[in-house]
Amino acid sequence: MYVAVKGGEAAIDAAHDLLARNRRGNPDVPELALDQISQQLSLAVDRVMTEGSIYDRELAALAIKQARGDLVEAIFLLRAYRTTLPRLAESRPIETGEALVRRRISATFKDLPGGQVLGGTFDYTHRLLDFGLAEPRPVSDKPASARPTDGVEAAIPRVLEFLNAEDLIERERRDEASPPDLTREPLEFPAPRALRLQNLARGDEGFLLSLGYSTQRGYGRNHPFAGEIRTCDVAVEIEPEELGFPITIGEITVTECEMVNQFKGSATEPARFTRGYGLVFGEAERKAMSMALVDRALRASELGEEIAAPAQDQEFVLYHSDSVEASGFVQHLKLPHYVDFQAELNVLRRIRAGTAQGAAAEPAESESAQ
Amino acid sequence: MTDGYNFAYLDEQTKRMIRRSVLKAVAIPGYQVPFGSREMPLPYGWGTGGIQVTASIIGADDTLKVIDQGADDTTNAVSIRRFFARTTGVRTTTRTEEATIVQTRHRIPETPLREDQIIVFQVPIPEPLRWLEPREAETRRMHAYSDYAVMHVRLYEDVARYGHIATAYDYPVIVNDRYLMRPSPIPKFDNPKMDGCPALMLFGAGREKRIYAVPPYTSVKSLDFEDHPFRIESWTTTCALCGSGESFLDEVITDDKGGRMFVCSDTDYCGRRQASQGKAAE
Repeated sequence: MYVAVKGGEAAIDAAHDLLARNRRGNPDVPELALDQISQQLSLAVDRVMTEGSIYDRELAALAIKQARGDLVEAIFLLRAYRTTLPRLAESRPIETGEALVRRRISATFKDLPGGQVLGGTFDYTHRLLDFGLAEPRPVSDKPASARPTDGVEAAIPRVLEFLNAEDLIERERRDEASPPDLTREPLEFPAPRALRLQNLARGDEGFLLSLGYSTQRGYGRNHPFAGEIRTCDVAVEIEPEELGFPITIGEITVTECEMVNQFKGSATEPARFTRGYGLVFGEAERKAMSMALVDRALRASELGEEIAAPAQDQEFVLYHSDSVEASGFVQHLKLPHYVDFQAELNVLRRIRAGTAQGAAAEPAESESAQ
Repeated sequence: MTDGYNFAYLDEQTKRMIRRSVLKAVAIPGYQVPFGSREMPLPYGWGTGGIQVTASIIGADDTLKVIDQGADDTTNAVSIRRFFARTTGVRTTTRTEEATIVQTRHRIPETPLREDQIIVFQVPIPEPLRWLEPREAETRRMHAYSDYAVMHVRLYEDVARYGHIATAYDYPVIVNDRYLMRPSPIPKFDNPKMDGCPALMLFGAGREKRIYAVPPYTSVKSLDFEDHPFRIESWTTTCALCGSGESFLDEVITDDKGGRMFVCSDTDYCGRRQASQGKAAE
């Protein structure tokens, strides 16, 4: 005899126990400490902070540990925490021109004021597994003077300002209005650029990478050059009303990408370069570059370009960029759907009964039309 | 109750914002009100819209029932009920008539709802025109002009192809003779329960950031044609557990030789019928 499935409660408790055990793994192996994650898996931390929209290395490390290294799950954990936090103040715009510059490269000029600063990058490594890393190795005994510095402490001008001087690139319009907050107000279309950038900054790196790539392959091509990529430590300032002057509340590391894109001009605009912009926490450089490509593609309508490709379509991009939303909705398919499935079965059987003559349908449509 | 969090998890400002959206939704039956949906500690797709609506209307005196697929004991229903038990400490129940708030996914209880009850639906996709027009800017315009011809054409195409309308769940309705509305993925069997329902019906879509409502005693018409009137499904069999011939039945596969049985999807309704039959037999 069939007994209706009971015990969901016990099953959930047992699942949570199992999950905790699986997360810990073999107890003979030392447990991960948060500083190990934040120091040695720092790019994972950067990604989780960026897409989790909160700059806190320790919390991001905790989320990564709790999520067993699943970064999308870690981002979700951080977001669900962030949503409960009060908004205490609005910071002033950060100034990436005056900072400790850890990396600064331009693909558009061979040399330029401030120079090219390579920084610690994978770019020119040969991707050969370093078997020596399999075992802990002693800390380098090079004297401090022989070690590279963390960066350049100087005000380094932004590359695109050089083009500004000749009026060869569109000028960024300074907008003093408070930016809208995507996490407090629903997305509505057409979305202003500030809102789009906020969405992209929170967007899934993989999604933006593929979309950015698609623009390079002809789906909304916009001829990009990497004008400047810089990673720097910047001060975050707020200006409390009662003080009337800004105070620094901390320092964060960000990576910024400014793309220079071709623009042939339109009826109202002269031919000049246009911009795409990306900004992320930490060193999530791949994301910053992808974001800049997609930002430029999404500007199609304001620049009077034809909207023909997915990357140019605001609704397509902004509605599907969020990993927490996407992951939830894709995975909700594993929740029970037996009622709808039963209803579909009924319809299908009725259709099949109608086509196969004389076959009796199991469920019939009620004749009592209402 | 969980320390460190406000009653029902959301802060009071957020609840107020959601209640304002709910009020607007009630004032314009069937209209989708955009709201500042929050990121909840449960995943999108698990019922974050319904949870936010419930969280913003629930009070310490409420009694909450949570069902998924009509059942109180499915894992997601258990999880959401626990969430509210933890964050509010309110009384929970599986009995439909004891509840002041019923949060549901995919069903309306068989037991008729009353004026003093609110039913909260979890909605995955709030826009009834979405499969016909993917763009939100366009569907909002279609609603503004009551331009619902595409939906009639879609239903007509079913009639032309199959001889009848082949939509089985999330069957489109017109609310208060004005707005086309998705009833959420309930089977069309449940659609007639919405028409003139004495209880307030609230719909929350968290990921899509929309709230809509059907106030008590409002007309809810399932779309149809004069020569193809709306019909609900019935079964040639009755519930194997309680014998009901009037409830929505789930099919349960009992072996690998084609054996199957049909049982009520509404576990409270079915259990109560079985209990009263047991008493009658004594």
